[in-house]
Amino acid sequence: MGKFQLITKGLIKENPTFVLLLGMCPTLATTTSAINGMSMGLATLFVLVLSNMAISLIAPYIPDKVRIPSYIVVIATFVTLLQFIMQAFVPDVYETLGLFIPLIVVNCIVLGRAEAFANKNSVIDSACDGLGIGLGFTLSLTVLGLVREILGSGSAFGFKFIAGDGILAFVLAPGAFLALGYLIVLFKKLTASK
Amino acid sequence: MAEFAIIFISAIFVNNILLSQFLGVCPFLGVSNKLSTATGMSMAVCFVITLATVVTYLLNMLLVALGLEFLQTISFILVIAALVQMVEIVLKKISPSLYAALGIFLPLITTNCAVLGVALTVTTKGFNLGEATWYAFATSLGFGLAMVLFAGLREQLALNNVPKAFKGIPIALITASFLAMAFMGFSGLV
Repeated sequence: MGKFQLITKGLIKENPTFVLLLGMCPTLATTTSAINGMSMGLATLFVLVLSNMAISLIAPYIPDKVRIPSYIVVIATFVTLLQFIMQAFVPDVYETLGLFIPLIVVNCIVLGRAEAFANKNSVIDSACDGLGIGLGFTLSLTVLGLVREILGSGSAFGFKFIAGDGILAFVLAPGAFLALGYLIVLFKKLTASK
Repeated sequence: MAEFAIIFISAIFVNNILLSQFLGVCPFLGVSNKLSTATGMSMAVCFVITLATVVTYLLNMLLVALGLEFLQTISFILVIAALVQMVEIVLKKISPSLYAALGIFLPLITTNCAVLGVALTVTTKGFNLGEATWYAFATSLGFGLAMVLFAGLREQLALNNVPKAFKGIPIALITASFLAMAFMGFSGLV
């Protein structure tokens, strides 16, 4: 598989949210607006690329039995690093996403890529894979956030286009489930017809 | 005593961990096909969340005393992973029947964000040890409640004729949306 294919497959064919249905907790919780969804996606992308690279480097030296705990330690290290970086440069984004930044440690996408791809491929390929899956995750979170923001508060990327409020339920919990459910159906329809 | 009652009601109904905080959604969607597996998973989660919160609460006191709060994430996840492993070993020895019931769910719990989520939330709420334990227990009961309700709904749903594109996860998500809407009715309670 070429490098380009590695990057693009995460967008549609192996989209982590709509096709693989991984990482549901941050997907539902942080997509109250397009910007929030995108920030969460980019934060995950950062951890995904770095942890994929590090794990592909050290995988040959890790005994098989303790590989999962070792991967978790590597991932947790990068998440802590990310927490520091975000606190320093984008403190308000860090505040909004709150608990879900440390929870990237237990995001099944990150551990899933380590186990399924990074531990048996080269560093460059693993970086491309992390980038692809991360971009796919960012894309779907942004789309879900955008849909919820348009319906819920009548704005897109923070720009308001109706006076007053939207359908409040879409910003709250029920709307997250509902919007994601319908988006998955739409995604299935669109990809099936190709 | 009143404080404990408020923590209890708010953790189970008002701020339900699954339906309003979105923690632990993976098992919520993954193992809610059958009522029996959902019950087993809920019991395992209840056990681990309560135990993990007590341990990480004490660990956090140590971290704060040493000024190493930034190690929270990495040390909590290690403690939880070790704890789950230990629970598995102990349970296998002491109560093989309970192990048989919970066994397959235990390894999954390490990467259940509800456990780490509750452990991290507790550190920001300023609870004492008793309140923290009680909060964790109530939260996991809320997890169990939502899980069992949802599994019951999905069992009924399986008997119905659903459009092809909606089969599986999409219709489950839409059902969860209605369940979340029902739980929003509790929001004025506390």
